[in-house]
Amino acid sequence: MTKKQLQRLDLIFKNEHDIEEILTKTFSKSNEEIINDLISSGLKGRGGAGFPTGLKWKLASEEETDSKYIICNADEGEPGTFKDREILSRVPHKVLAGMAVCARLIGARQGYIYLRGEYVFLRPQLLEVINEFHQLLDKIGLDFRVEIFLGSGAYICGEESALFESMEGKRGEPRNKPPFPTQQGYKSKPTVINNVETLAHTYSIFKYGADKFKDLGVQDSRGSKVFSVSGDTPIPGIYELEFGMSLQKFVDDFADGDAKAVQVGGASGFCVPRKKFEKTVIGYQGKLRGTSLPTGGSMMIFNSSRSMYNVLHNYLDFFVEESCGQCTPCRVGTQQLLLGIEAVKKGDQPSSYLDKLMELAEAMRITAKCGLGQSVANSFSSIVENFKEEMIY
Amino acid sequence: MSDKVNLRIDNIAVSVEEGTTILEAARKVNIRIPTLCHHEDLCVAGNCRVCMVEQKGSDRLLPSCAMPVSEGMEIQTNSLKVRSARKQIIELLVSEHRADCTRCYKNGKCELQELASEYIIGENGFIDLVPLKVLTIDNFSPSIIKDDSKCIRCQRCVRTCDQLQNIGALTVAYKGKDMKISSFYEKPMYEVVCTNCGQCVNRCPTGALTEKTYLEQVWSAINHEKKHVVVQTAPAVRIALGEALGMPAGEIVTGKMVSALRRLGFDSVLDTDFTADLTIIEEGNELLQRLKKVLVDGDKSVKIPMTTSCSPGWVKFIEHTFPEYLDNVSTAKSPQQMFGSLAKTYYAKKIEVEADDIVSVSVMPCTAKKYEADRPEMRSSGYKDVDFVLTTRELALMIKQAGIDFASLPEDEYDSFMGESSGAAVIFGATGGVMEAALRTAYEVVTGREVPFDDLNITPVRGMEEIKEAAVKIENPLPEWSFLDGVELKTCVAHGLSNAKKVMEAVKEGKVDYHFIEIMACPGGCLGGGGQPIPTSPAIREKRSQAIYREDSMKPIRKSHENPEVLQIYEEFLKKPLGEKSHELLHTHYTERNRY
Repeated sequence: MTKKQLQRLDLIFKNEHDIEEILTKTFSKSNEEIINDLISSGLKGRGGAGFPTGLKWKLASEEETDSKYIICNADEGEPGTFKDREILSRVPHKVLAGMAVCARLIGARQGYIYLRGEYVFLRPQLLEVINEFHQLLDKIGLDFRVEIFLGSGAYICGEESALFESMEGKRGEPRNKPPFPTQQGYKSKPTVINNVETLAHTYSIFKYGADKFKDLGVQDSRGSKVFSVSGDTPIPGIYELEFGMSLQKFVDDFADGDAKAVQVGGASGFCVPRKKFEKTVIGYQGKLRGTSLPTGGSMMIFNSSRSMYNVLHNYLDFFVEESCGQCTPCRVGTQQLLLGIEAVKKGDQPSSYLDKLMELAEAMRITAKCGLGQSVANSFSSIVENFKEEMIY
Repeated sequence: MSDKVNLRIDNIAVSVEEGTTILEAARKVNIRIPTLCHHEDLCVAGNCRVCMVEQKGSDRLLPSCAMPVSEGMEIQTNSLKVRSARKQIIELLVSEHRADCTRCYKNGKCELQELASEYIIGENGFIDLVPLKVLTIDNFSPSIIKDDSKCIRCQRCVRTCDQLQNIGALTVAYKGKDMKISSFYEKPMYEVVCTNCGQCVNRCPTGALTEKTYLEQVWSAINHEKKHVVVQTAPAVRIALGEALGMPAGEIVTGKMVSALRRLGFDSVLDTDFTADLTIIEEGNELLQRLKKVLVDGDKSVKIPMTTSCSPGWVKFIEHTFPEYLDNVSTAKSPQQMFGSLAKTYYAKKIEVEADDIVSVSVMPCTAKKYEADRPEMRSSGYKDVDFVLTTRELALMIKQAGIDFASLPEDEYDSFMGESSGAAVIFGATGGVMEAALRTAYEVVTGREVPFDDLNITPVRGMEEIKEAAVKIENPLPEWSFLDGVELKTCVAHGLSNAKKVMEAVKEGKVDYHFIEIMACPGGCLGGGGQPIPTSPAIREKRSQAIYREDSMKPIRKSHENPEVLQIYEEFLKKPLGEKSHELLHTHYTERNRY
């Protein structure tokens, strides 16, 4: 390759054996200092929604109650995302360290890793690491324990409030918000719920300082990000890159030279066509829609041999199955979108029916109860808008 | 007192308590926001998304039923954005609903239909999803029909069954496009713990849950030359029927109802209240006998506390959930079934009609009564004691079909015999009523004096409190009952099956030492029954309750044991309470049932 490659970073996966030192160092700081570090680092949730991590911890720490929880969301279910699995297999102790700091800070004595059902194979090794970690906690005198809760395979349980419901033994259905998790989460107690990668990043911030983290990335999108690269690429896999890159640079680096679109953020993310690669920035920047795309890290590359109709059909199929079925726009809307594009393709509906479906997707975005239903519009609208002819012919 | 929150809804300033939802705040200023999954008796769900409103400065819409107000909010309930989203959501619901409106039992009474008409859901809606799915109709139950093709998944029924009644017969199964309301292993309703209480029917916004109707069978019987059709009307029907015929809640329409029944062609118009009085005699004596056996004879086989048995939903509940307590349930049949067995024996003879030619119809505020009439135990006359059970709603429908202008009907009186009743019988229709009626009689039987409450109104057992307790101390009893001297008769009253469960759990844990427990399956008692006019709400039930106690206070006879027809039937036929004839016709037994 002649072009300059994007810099591969090695913050997350670098295997470091200084957990005790880092924890002791961090615990010597006041809660305020830790929160300030996190806030000034600019770390935002790496599950995709991008809530500022320091603020989340702060809100939970301010709640006054007898018990609180810290939960690591490892229900990695977004199609095309496989980074959390890698983090948990390679550097689980960093995640645990982040949980421990959060626990001490908010006043939680119990933590959980909500592990995606399909990742059950990770459990034995994780349990071993947790056991060792517990011994370390005893040594440094922190009253905190971590347990693994195994999911049962529903995509919706990655949504935080559905995850709590699932842990409480109920049907995995999102709750009304407010109250938010930091007010009433698991068992209606204040709960911090963070993505695997987010927690691993907190470790780096505690170790190297907020400034080091902030030096990476662009405004509003600081630090590094682990990307799951798949699709039409000669080099699929997990890559840690600086946040805030342009999509063009990413494509130059990873695609096979024939990329016609990149799906950023999985089935619930946005599809960016070739003509928009240049001006699309991967990261949070002001308004979420438009030229900057937040992401849980899934990057699916499609070359010109792919039918975008098939891609969209596949996503909708997924949503039709994985909607919890609770709220109308998501339960029925997903079915209508899927049947709708089929009908247009078959000629049972005129191409103008796509306009009605676009309106529906927009209605779903502003009325659905949780992120699942709200984000169906992302892939739907961006694919239909940019590849309308593929939907019809 | 918490601070007031100020906001503007459609440019109208509103000031409400903190924690109020946008929906409640809007109602305060008479702005109606349409809802479907919301119900005053149930917890907030926020899943239909019909009530979405726009908040200034917010991209997404807010569910007004679930969103608490906050200071300075500017809400629009009818902006273009809201209208477009709301219309699409209604269209979506219609697309998964078998919109077979003209053939639907709920035609004209369906909340989805109402919204569809309001928002002019036209031809160019979404693709009809119903033909693409396998959606079944469960009509095996004698009480309730569940038609999944009309379900809009609002989960009002699930919340009713789970929270209000704590049964969990109805639950959500599957997810995504397959999500539906189902039961244990998708078994039909009659095979599971469903008590047939019909509270779900009362709250279903569409035709997905309805009572099984027997209207045509009743019309046929009425028009049959040879058949003598006897109708009985339950206490709680007379104070609610008007609602289904355009009158406000809380009207007493006893006289008009009797007129209407005659106009419809029933041959004998009689009153369940008569057998309610009879129930008090039988059940009251049973209680005293049980107390004697326990306190004097030390008979371990006799169980205390005794519970009432009038509510067939409660009976089925205890058969499923606390079968080890079946011996605690009074063996006395419910007033409906006492009436049924007497109608085809004593009454048939009295009016000189062959029992074979009697068709016995009851009008009940209840869907579980349809099931009760179907129980194999309920054939002690040699026939099915009660042939057809109609709900209050079905009677209203008959009156409409017959073209009767209900409001202008003259008042009429029940036929005799089995038409006379006391005020004690009327209050059977309210929670605490059976207890009050029983105490009015039992206390007097034991002491020879009236129960020591002002004007016989035993107020501690009245009202909508979930679980009520009352104790009556017995002093200076008649010699026959001397063993009760100084005994404090402890009673408990509960309505709604979730409260029934709490009481039974307390009994099981030995935390309480009641002698007598009244339980009604439905909130408010029969006046809030599953067969009553729709809608229901705490306010409506309160009005019905006031009407019932008004009717009681207006009755010349207030105590069951003073009902002259009851006295007469013992003299002519039954001879004595708990006697041989009573056992044959008026008492029954219960069956343990599965736990799912």
